[in-house]
Amino acid sequence: MKFERYGKGIAKGLTVTIRYLFRHPITTQYPEQRLTTSRRIRGNELIWDNVKCTGCATCAKACPQGAILIVTAVNPMENRYAVEKYEVDTGYCIQCGLCVEACPYQAIYMGYAYERAKYRRGELVQADEMLLTSEERQRSGYMYPDIAAGLPEQTLLIDRDKVEE
Amino acid sequence: MITSPGPDLSQYWSTLAPDWPGGFWWHWLVFSVIIIAFVLLLVMGFVYIERRSMARMQVRLGPNRTGPFGLLQPVADAVKLLLKEDIVPNTADKLVHFLAPIVALTPVIMVFAVVPFGDGALLSDLNVGILYVVAVASVASVGIFMAGWGSNNKYSLLGAMRDVAAVVSYEIPLVLSIIGVVLMAGSLSLNQIVQAQGIPFILFQPLGFLIFFIAGCAEINRSPFDLMEADSELTAGFHTEYSGMKFALFYLAEYGEALALSSIIATIFLGGWRGPLLPPWLWFVLKVIIVFFVMVWTRTTFPRARIDQLMALAWKFLLPLALINILITAVEVLAWPEGLPWGLIFVNIAIMAVLVVLWSRKFKLGWGRVEV
Amino acid sequence: MVLKTEPFVLNIGPVHPSTHGVFRMRATLDGEVIVDLEPVFGYLHRGIEKLAEERTYTGVIPLTDRLDYLASMSNNLAYVLAVEKLADIAVPERAQYIRVILAELQRLASHLIAVGSFLNDCGAFFTPFLYMFREREKIIDLFEMLSGQRLLYNYMRVGGFNQDLPDEFLPALRILVKSMPGYVDEYDRLLAENEILLARAKGVGILPRDLAISIGASGPVLRASGVKWDIRKADPYSIYDRFEFDIPTGTVGDCYDRYRVRIEEMRQSLRILKPALEQIPGGPVKSPVPHYLHPPAGEAYARIEAPKGELGFYLVSDTSIAPYRCHIRAPSLINLTALRDMAIGWKIQDLIIIFGSIDITMGEVDR
Repeated sequence: MKFERYGKGIAKGLTVTIRYLFRHPITTQYPEQRLTTSRRIRGNELIWDNVKCTGCATCAKACPQGAILIVTAVNPMENRYAVEKYEVDTGYCIQCGLCVEACPYQAIYMGYAYERAKYRRGELVQADEMLLTSEERQRSGYMYPDIAAGLPEQTLLIDRDKVEE
Repeated sequence: MITSPGPDLSQYWSTLAPDWPGGFWWHWLVFSVIIIAFVLLLVMGFVYIERRSMARMQVRLGPNRTGPFGLLQPVADAVKLLLKEDIVPNTADKLVHFLAPIVALTPVIMVFAVVPFGDGALLSDLNVGILYVVAVASVASVGIFMAGWGSNNKYSLLGAMRDVAAVVSYEIPLVLSIIGVVLMAGSLSLNQIVQAQGIPFILFQPLGFLIFFIAGCAEINRSPFDLMEADSELTAGFHTEYSGMKFALFYLAEYGEALALSSIIATIFLGGWRGPLLPPWLWFVLKVIIVFFVMVWTRTTFPRARIDQLMALAWKFLLPLALINILITAVEVLAWPEGLPWGLIFVNIAIMAVLVVLWSRKFKLGWGRVEV
Repeated sequence: MVLKTEPFVLNIGPVHPSTHGVFRMRATLDGEVIVDLEPVFGYLHRGIEKLAEERTYTGVIPLTDRLDYLASMSNNLAYVLAVEKLADIAVPERAQYIRVILAELQRLASHLIAVGSFLNDCGAFFTPFLYMFREREKIIDLFEMLSGQRLLYNYMRVGGFNQDLPDEFLPALRILVKSMPGYVDEYDRLLAENEILLARAKGVGILPRDLAISIGASGPVLRASGVKWDIRKADPYSIYDRFEFDIPTGTVGDCYDRYRVRIEEMRQSLRILKPALEQIPGGPVKSPVPHYLHPPAGEAYARIEAPKGELGFYLVSDTSIAPYRCHIRAPSLINLTALRDMAIGWKIQDLIIIFGSIDITMGEVDR
């Protein structure tokens, strides 16, 4: 264990660090500036379409956590299931997206927003009309390329390299 | 002495003379206030500078939310520490535990009594100035040991003992490298050392500066020698059991020691308050900030040394080089012809390069693996 | 008078700042020197192998994400290769190329964290750590573009992928591959020849070659001890035999060699990525696989060169909808068995460095 290289390695390290003092930092001020997420983001909520859903429960079977609860009743007049209760416990959900891939009628979507914290654990369980899409509850483009085409582009850190070249 | 005092610059500013109406006591009062204000303000400034510069070198922003550009961040830190609960362990030695932060902080402020802010502008122009500085600064390590002992905690004691061992080992090269400067200036008084620097002593004593800087960084427990208070090592250090205002005093003492070291370096190596256009106290503050910035720069870049490597560096590398430095300086003071300062600078830098290279080849850092 | 000393036991607890997860070590110290070391783990055990028996073959993929959570794509790849071996499913060309690209990108990202946290343990106060995280951020942005998540991707499926690459993926990847070697050189310049790092890490924690082979170490730990063994060359899976790359090996097997091997592996990954980008063909990305897969009865073992070592999945099927048994050969656990022999005789501060240089993730060790 000798003191090799006579201090040259130390000097080289110092030159690297001082050069960073004059470069632009890459962090952003969070609540004021937000970066655009990916178009296929598997956000913190699930969005359901009660018109297309037939109550087949393929999503509930595909979910690894068992977070989806479906209660149906028989509707002999129209020869289809009537979905009485469709409940998702977003506390159990791990946002894997397997339910979205499994649905044969394209009636379930992942959410686009990711800042969906709640104050009470009871509010995490969402059912029926709470799950429909609206202005605040946008749908993300995971497994839906036509929705993805309408969402804004993602901010990439590699784009700064392109500018600095 | 071989260096000339330089041109007479006193026409550019007016000095604060000690013979005022009211005389000695006014002088003492004014300068005490100035020193305490200086220390407190600049320590806060140092906390801010360190966090911002380190963040910028690490490609992120520093604190920038409290106040414009984050300038009130140290104030926020101080307020937070004031409002915290003061916890004293049950089995601790109460008196020692209470006195330790005070004993650690007071010598740091006392160092500034002999540091000149202008020509003749210092609290007391002791003619053993630099010796007083060295003596007073060593008392701070007693405070650290009291903290480790009074906490009644096995790991604090270990950390404090390591710290005292390191501080005591690094005192020797520190003091020996000052002797080179004293030989060149011909006096121990800090005011006269500054007055003797027509050309700053860093050029005449490059080896002395290097040794002083490394030994100083080790004395004040700054990176790369900060294993005494490091988070990722095991023993959390001597200030584990402190919270609230007492911890704030230790924090203040740490940055105060950095400030004291920067001031001493600026005074004896960089020429103190000397400089062309600006007022002398502004030059002094600028030089202090530049030296501190170099310390922050090294903290950001280097990893940490191990404890036995630290001790080996002090005893086997710095101490012989410091002794050789004194020998060479003494020979030069006696035998170098007058009026050739620039040749002397080149010779000194060449000697430093040769010595560092030679010593590095022969230097063995610490033990290896121990057979169990 | 002889000073009577006795060794004492120090508990380096599950929660400590330089940890790589919840891991506990009980070290017997004589002064500062370590005399004995006993690792205690299991704090992160979640029962993944048992849970896998209750999920469908596709439903196990989110579980495998959470094994080595810093290198998710590699875990997915190993599992999916095992299922395809079991059920004899062929994968289209485009999917094979994409798998290689993703695996190498994931190796880059994982080694960046490994090197960054190793240097952080040495004491360099987060500077190299933050620089490496900036590079990793670029890679994670690309993964987010593909799969929607930044850490646990759940992107690979049995038979290929469910969603193809978006249009902006390949141009962004080209910029990354072009700019990355410059950054890797910069990190070399920052700390590779630093004397303090050399004094701290050279000669420390030597793993001798015979011991490494006999305990079954793999990955950079094995290669740093001088054994030239890489599964991508010795037992090629996917289409790795079409690419040209070297296997960096060390000589001594100390912490510094492991650090150098990881940096060289980053360079070799970039060497694989460049031609893969050019040669990627068009076509489908998934071969038709039934939704609920019932593979024929039997067993299969598939292994890949994950960033941490040899990751293997052993699957037993009895034609039902879920695996009958799924066992995971975790590289971090096997490499960890060398810790005691490497650390005896060194001091506590060296122990932290040695532990950081093996590069473990507790998700894998405890499963």
